[in-house]
Amino acid sequence: MKHLPLGPNHLHGRSGTTVTAEGPPDSAFLSVRDLRIHFATDDGLVRAVDGLSFRLDRGRTLGIVGESGSGKSVTSLGIMGLHRSARARVSGEVWLDGEELVAADPERVRQLRGRKMAMIFQDPLTAMHPFYSVGQQIMEAYRVHHPDAHRKEARARAVEMLTRVGIPQPDRRVDDYPHQFSGGMRQRAMIAMALVNDPDLLIADEPTTALDVTVQAQILDLIRDLQRETGSAVVIITHDLGVVAEIADDILVMYAGRCMENGPAEDVFTHPQHPYTWGLLASMPRINRERKERLLPIEGNPPSLIRVPPGCPFHPRCRYAQLTDGRSETEVPSLVPTDSPGHSVACHLTPEERRRIFTEEIAPGL
Amino acid sequence: MTAYIVRRVIAAIILLIVVTMITFAIFFLVPRLAGETSTQLAAQYVGRDPSPDALAAVQKNLGFDQPLYQQWWEFAHGIVAGRTFRYGPDASVCHVPCFGYSFKSHLPVWPEITSRLPVTISLAAGAAVIWVITGVAIGVLSALKRGSVFDRFSMGLALAGVSLPIFFTALLSLALFSYKWPVFPNLQYVPITQNPVLWAKNLVLPWITLAFLYSALYARLTRAGMLETMSEDYIRTARAKGLPERQVVIRHGLRSALTPIITIFGLDLGLLLGGAVLTETAFSLPGVGQYAVEAITDNDLPKIMAVTTLAAFFIVVANLVVDVLYVAVDPRVRYR
Ligand SMILES: Nc1ncnc2c1ncn2[C@@H]1O[C@H](COP(=O)(O)OP(=O)(O)OP(=O)(O)O)[C@@H](O)[C@H]1O
Ligand code: SF4
Ligand SMILES: [Mg+2]
Repeated sequence: MKHLPLGPNHLHGRSGTTVTAEGPPDSAFLSVRDLRIHFATDDGLVRAVDGLSFRLDRGRTLGIVGESGSGKSVTSLGIMGLHRSARARVSGEVWLDGEELVAADPERVRQLRGRKMAMIFQDPLTAMHPFYSVGQQIMEAYRVHHPDAHRKEARARAVEMLTRVGIPQPDRRVDDYPHQFSGGMRQRAMIAMALVNDPDLLIADEPTTALDVTVQAQILDLIRDLQRETGSAVVIITHDLGVVAEIADDILVMYAGRCMENGPAEDVFTHPQHPYTWGLLASMPRINRERKERLLPIEGNPPSLIRVPPGCPFHPRCRYAQLTDGRSETEVPSLVPTDSPGHSVACHLTPEERRRIFTEEIAPGL
Repeated sequence: MTAYIVRRVIAAIILLIVVTMITFAIFFLVPRLAGETSTQLAAQYVGRDPSPDALAAVQKNLGFDQPLYQQWWEFAHGIVAGRTFRYGPDASVCHVPCFGYSFKSHLPVWPEITSRLPVTISLAAGAAVIWVITGVAIGVLSALKRGSVFDRFSMGLALAGVSLPIFFTALLSLALFSYKWPVFPNLQYVPITQNPVLWAKNLVLPWITLAFLYSALYARLTRAGMLETMSEDYIRTARAKGLPERQVVIRHGLRSALTPIITIFGLDLGLLLGGAVLTETAFSLPGVGQYAVEAITDNDLPKIMAVTTLAAFFIVVANLVVDVLYVAVDPRVRYR
């Protein structure tokens, strides 16, 4: 535990997300149930998200981690209702504050976008329109949901937001264009734009990946501070466990469009249950690890999402698959609770086997 | 910004000067290099079997005996300050901008051009309005409905538009709509000041013919541009803000996709104003393009010089306007 870069604020043990049961919408602020997002392509059906369920309450931060291509971005765009292509097939349920979005009228979802749920993206340079000033873009985001607001009011709001996200001289910088901002400033401006309508849900898709290391921490701090202020729910998507350790209350580990493990952050970090999570942890750069020491990437590559391996999608890369009497190859493991509250895992290994393997083989290497 | 414009204007003027020098060199120097003497040059502009005296006079009047740089200097000087030609005791004043007298008809060149300019402007401007509106609209719709029947049909048509020679489409439209079904009979240019309705009516076929080609080009360009910009990250951001799709397309998508098209449009229009040669010829429109053809067939140097200078002028101005517009449109472009 000592070597994990967990801040002290991650150590108070609130219970995290739980697996959703079928039935009427539960009280969670955001509840995703059996979400499936498939794309019909010329090569076949891409099952980018395949039966994903999780929930998230106001005031909490969920970190979604997984290697590239595991369906993290597709999930976030799916929640936002941004899969518009005729080739995208979205099914399942997304409940936001008691309202179901997948089957809802697209116009209704549009009204919620930017107002109740907002999103920031990986590369703030390409995510902003190069021809409009930062202020214009923030004002546009404000005015689309406040049609009665006058220009002046919207502008004042834009300056206020830039102030809140820590842009110096906001009343001047508001007229600058994105290319006149530094990378970190741009991401701050993106955050200002996302938060201009006080959304209750903020989805940040790799918000720091394109930034310098020093700036990364500042942006994470900013997101955390703003979240404390507003009490909104935050989803942070990343392939960097360090980011999750920094900021998340709960962790969802995704692989091949499915949830492998889900639980309170410090529980997942201290008692990871899934072989894939073990792999992720082992490949995580750590402060006390020798620079030259090789990280241990998980062997093999993520599977094709067109031909997802039967059974557990991770089995071709899993060192423990043979311990499961062939079930890993044939039977899809369902997400089941562990004995720790709010912590669940999708793996055929028995709890005893997991505990043994973790303590004997994994923990010493971490 | 003002300093930038001033700098660009100066650069444009220098460019124009260089262009006239080069044209001058091509049309006056090349025949000499090919071995023609100034007497032989002069011989082209007098009747058959001229007397040596007459030849010498022509040679002197036209300035063929002077060194080339001096001839150019007088030409350029004439454009900005006018010029006086002497024929023995007689003198004729050629007013600013003086492009000299036609070697063949002995009429001053510039008034002839200005009388033809409205025809070319009418043709180019009318066609431009049609092709910009139809081309951009079709391009945007095709991009948004990519792969649809509309997209396939309009892109097929556009392919025809860019590949059919304008001479063919012009003659075809004439044959069909002027002769077979005389919707537009007796096509004749009528000045707008004289009869605006007839002016427009008689220009419809030339407009459509010219616009068909450009519209096809612009539809393809716009479609490609829209397909590219609509997959940009900032479009996703615009949608994530909750903007209605129409605003996403117009304010965010089209705004970017149109920027390169502005450039092309400026150049196309500049080029056409210098003479829509083929269309004017096909429809017998007495415009600058037709004049240019005349000038070349007659090898009438002052006319050739005037037409090329005018064309260069329009292109340079179009370039200038486009560059300045570009700065206004794309904040990332810095004026240097
Ligand atoms: N519109 C689409 N059509 C077809 N396939 C798609 C589409 N969008 C995403 N995919 C596929 O879905 C899979 C998941 O992509 P996604 O972008 O969600 O991954 P990710 O987890 O965000 O990865 P990264 O860390 O690289 O951002 C990828 O294999 C991708 O190719
Ligand atoms: S189910 Fe089998 S293959 Fe999948 S992670 Fe568990 S042990 Fe490995
Ligand atoms: Mg992604």
